[in-house]
Amino acid sequence: MQVRISDDALAIACGADRVAQRFTELGHAVVRTSSWGMHWLEPLVELDGIGYGPVGPGDVDAIMAGTADHLRIGAIADHPFLASQTRLTFARAGRTRPLSLEDYADTGGWLGLHTAREIGGEAIVDMLKASGLRGRGGAGFPAGIKWDTVRLARGHRKYIVCNADEGDSGTFADRMLMEGDPFCLIEGMAIAGLAVGAGKGFVYIRSEYPHAIAKMRAAALLAAPLIAPFEIEIRVGAGAYVCGEETSLLNSLEGKRGEVRAKPPLPAIEGLFGCPTVVNNVLTLAAVPFVLAEGAQAYAEYGMGRSRGTMPIQLAGNIRYGGLYETAFGVTLGQLVNDIGGGTASGRPVRAVQVGGPLGAYFPPALFDTPFDYEAFTAVDGLIGHGGITVFDDSVDMAAQARFAFEFCAIESCGKCTPCRIGAVRGKETIDKLISGDSVASNLALVSDLCETMKFGSLCALGGFTPYPVMSAITHFPEDFGPERQAAE
Amino acid sequence: METGSDIAEIVGAHADCEGPLLPILHDVQARFGWVSEASIAQIAAALNLSRAEVSGVVSFYHDFRRTPDPRPVIRLCRAESCQARGSEPLAAAAATLAGERIRIEAVYCLGLCSAGPAAMIGGDVHARLDSERIAALMAVL
Repeated sequence: MQVRISDDALAIACGADRVAQRFTELGHAVVRTSSWGMHWLEPLVELDGIGYGPVGPGDVDAIMAGTADHLRIGAIADHPFLASQTRLTFARAGRTRPLSLEDYADTGGWLGLHTAREIGGEAIVDMLKASGLRGRGGAGFPAGIKWDTVRLARGHRKYIVCNADEGDSGTFADRMLMEGDPFCLIEGMAIAGLAVGAGKGFVYIRSEYPHAIAKMRAAALLAAPLIAPFEIEIRVGAGAYVCGEETSLLNSLEGKRGEVRAKPPLPAIEGLFGCPTVVNNVLTLAAVPFVLAEGAQAYAEYGMGRSRGTMPIQLAGNIRYGGLYETAFGVTLGQLVNDIGGGTASGRPVRAVQVGGPLGAYFPPALFDTPFDYEAFTAVDGLIGHGGITVFDDSVDMAAQARFAFEFCAIESCGKCTPCRIGAVRGKETIDKLISGDSVASNLALVSDLCETMKFGSLCALGGFTPYPVMSAITHFPEDFGPERQAAE
Repeated sequence: METGSDIAEIVGAHADCEGPLLPILHDVQARFGWVSEASIAQIAAALNLSRAEVSGVVSFYHDFRRTPDPRPVIRLCRAESCQARGSEPLAAAAATLAGERIRIEAVYCLGLCSAGPAAMIGGDVHARLDSERIAALMAVL
């Protein structure tokens, strides 16, 4: 009998290593796999396809004795949470050993790279354009157009940079992909290298992800002969949220302060060390092997409007069934939070969900019919961002969340532009006055005016998008800010 | 305390690296727990940078420390998803327990957002924390 347990950081953080150790002590062979993404069940133990979770070391004897029915979830692959997903980027999640080249090749690995080598740069870019794939990091820029710009740019050296600085709270898809299917990212980068004529790629991973760093380093070493002459180097960030912004990331890679650069020039023309550079998020690059292997049409068939393909959505915060949910664009926010996520973990009513990380808007349940689509979210003053959904129950204080948005911006601002550097600090102070009931109407007007300035006067999304959480909290939850708040207290 | 030859060794290990400053500073921080003025001067000289340039980089990133602090460290996530799961009362309880003996640092997201509150100690991650579990973790530090 084979025991399969994930070695994903979340499973480990919930005690998977101790569970694995207990099985080993009892003489069972344990295979460490990637995570299926059903986080509320971690540590999830798989015995001949049947799942048990969440399992503690003390449950192992009962599982082996057949007396652990309370933990038994049946056949994992048939679980409703998984059966209703469309897993293209996360097709291997739960099914393979992350660092096994054999498992990767057996599950369609390197087919995309093989196609790419046969058809060459221009045809690769054409396929990517036809797939409709848009950057999954947050901006949603068409990946094919970015690649074409780099392909046509003059330069004796070009680079592929993978942005793995996944700093948004409520997101973990990049981490799971790197820990669970590192060769998929490597294949996507190698295809990008062929497409634009780049010889080297960097993966910039945040230092808060030690497991992802270790996996990617090991995978890059193992895959080196298969992707040669393309080379991949893993670099580690140093605890700066703003380095997830692409120009700041490039400065950081060059060994400088992670300050944002003014655009133009675009990184596609003058990027890393002044050379034409593709900067893409992990999920964008990891979607590429599917497009090349299965064809652009196979990818574009999924989705709605101009949002084609699938999005790995991350269900997080106070949610009952949290985890990774990859599905075609078009599913509504309410379906994600209530039907799939099962509402709150605390059992209390859902009051607010923040979509798109610390720079994303807070949505009330009244907007739960919004479909997951770049344009539909923009229409209601929100953003999809990196696809993270953070659920809050009715104990949340939205004035405190608006204050935190400014505070976070103040802590993480790179300091280059004034609206962000000073605006964030002044914003936090003004919210403090609001909370204490000081000149509520005029201070609300001041915050609103400040948000306008930050939105239009900041160089990058940190200052420019901090108004989203602040203004959405004020707009949708006015009772937490105005005189009603004082009356309630 | 680091010596000039330690720093020279670390710098030398990154001789072939494009943009070597962050990898060098990571190694110095990991080995000595902080980045001293003397190391900054030596790294600057080796990379043909000014001391101000290297100082500016050290001060920019939260991971690099400019003063030594030998206490054990718990990095507790304080970002939105952990807030939604009770990280703020937990942080207050942890601060009381820690006193002066343990340093508690805020970290903004460990990517364990569906199973918070979460914390990192060294390279180890812990999720689904409550006041009892964090007390148990602190007791063995």
